[in-house]
Amino acid sequence: MPDATGLELIAQDLRAADADAVLGTSFFREEATIEVAPAALRAAAEALRAKGYTFMASCHGVDYYPEEPRLGVHYQLLDMANVDRVCLKARVTIEDPHVPSLCDLWPGANHPEREVFDMFGVVFDGHPDLRRILMPEDYEGHPQRRDFPVGGEPVLFTYNEDKVPGWTR
Amino acid sequence: MTAGLSDYRKQEESITLSSAPAGPGVEQELMTINMGPHHPSTHGVLRLIVTLEGETVRDVKPVIGYVHTGIEKTAEDKPYWKVIPVVERMDYLSYYFNAMAFCGAVEKLLEVEVPARAQYLRVIHLELNRIMSHLVWLGTSCIDLGAISVWWYCFREREAVLDLFEMSSGQRMHTRYFQVGGVIEDIPRGWAERVRRFTKEMRVRADQYAALLDKNEIVLQRLRHTGIVDEQTLLGLGVTGPLLRAAGNPWDLRKAAPYCSYDHFDFKIPVGTIGDNYDRYRVRHAEIYESCAIIEQALDGLPEGPFITTDRKVALPPRHELATSMEALIHHFKLVTEGFRVPPGEVYNPIESPRGELGCYVRSDGSSRPARVHMRDPSFVNLQATAPATRNSYIADLVATLAMLDPVLGGVDR
Repeated sequence: MPDATGLELIAQDLRAADADAVLGTSFFREEATIEVAPAALRAAAEALRAKGYTFMASCHGVDYYPEEPRLGVHYQLLDMANVDRVCLKARVTIEDPHVPSLCDLWPGANHPEREVFDMFGVVFDGHPDLRRILMPEDYEGHPQRRDFPVGGEPVLFTYNEDKVPGWTR
Repeated sequence: MTAGLSDYRKQEESITLSSAPAGPGVEQELMTINMGPHHPSTHGVLRLIVTLEGETVRDVKPVIGYVHTGIEKTAEDKPYWKVIPVVERMDYLSYYFNAMAFCGAVEKLLEVEVPARAQYLRVIHLELNRIMSHLVWLGTSCIDLGAISVWWYCFREREAVLDLFEMSSGQRMHTRYFQVGGVIEDIPRGWAERVRRFTKEMRVRADQYAALLDKNEIVLQRLRHTGIVDEQTLLGLGVTGPLLRAAGNPWDLRKAAPYCSYDHFDFKIPVGTIGDNYDRYRVRHAEIYESCAIIEQALDGLPEGPFITTDRKVALPPRHELATSMEALIHHFKLVTEGFRVPPGEVYNPIESPRGELGCYVRSDGSSRPARVHMRDPSFVNLQATAPATRNSYIADLVATLAMLDPVLGGVDR
């Protein structure tokens, strides 16, 4: 992990390239996180990649309900040579859930970004194949959002075939 | 339905043929077929849309989600200690690893110190689980290659591991043995000796598997120089674990960023050379021996002391205290009804599972239930390597390669 000072130095470099890029940094439990504006996500990812964080370990979606902006996308970047991790984070609103896709930088972002789209409804601009991945194609809503209720789903039988929503369309 | 059909056609048209069709002959036509979801060789409920030119695979698209059970959503509705049995059911072959990733993340948030004995007990169980997972992989893969006897032998040894799990925790699978702050119970008397006997026997058995497979012409023909993916492609796809090590990159979190006192043990990281299916087989096979070595060292150096943290705000008090101590009774009541509260924040805890980097992201909002639990499951990410590994190979090699990629669909779909 970069220490708190190292994190600030990285943030400073990102700010030097684009004054509005970095919205905040946090160093929590030895983990470094940089929050960037959604529009600056791609440039920041490219800059971090040039610094040696060449491996995208994972991509998480999160709903910060009731805080605003609600949706968050986290990229865990890894520097394998120095065994160093940094989290790149962008937050978007429900009304305008657009972040640039990082699929062309890391082809491995394909499935994780599709999962975040499926579960939270974050739209990744420039993603080559942005479809649902875990939920059925005709599913409505984004189930990992905090205001999506936990509950049952009607089970399809022959007697209720015409009444169960979403199956016979 | 018509929209779906045209998608397939689009996929067909996006593929460039290796040879220009000489005429309107049938043999040059592309054919898109559906493999799965209930095909026996897909190791779970995986559907592959395969575009073929004759017998040659030109493109593969995995379609997943058939066993999605919403575990991450369920976890948000449960106190932290009740999340452990739920996350264990994601990747059903590496349940100790799932529990370890989650417990480690929560311990990071709570800043709880895990006692040394608990860490060693965790390592022993994790490595036993790694052996068990590799045995299932080896057995099922060999069935795909047409060798059924290896499957029987592997499952015989797997039973021995499951018996050990049953003895230490009462369950054979999904044991809920790891708790936040340590493990649920100390190992029973005689267990260590049985584990030693097992590791000794396991080495002999692994030699026997090698004797069965290594000089088997069919196995060699099926595995050598098939499913090759180079290291850079794998890194770009985010692939970790034995698949990356088979391509020559010795990345292993147990060595690179030791957790759970893995730095106390002396073990090697097997690596391959070219990243074909044979290397994948050799790497996992060699890892069985290394796991045995780690288990023996952990048993030799097993420290005395508590097996779970003494922090009563996190771990249940010992049973005998409940009859004599009012405070213990209150702690017990609070832990069982509400659970412990976790300070707000978000952490990511990566560990090395049998399939690669298994990371658990936990966000806490200060209550006794997690606000978000997300698993970076290695199978989910590694599945993206299916297309580069099988493109332009025969469809028979697709089956072998898929087996050697070792995706566990419970982990993919969660």
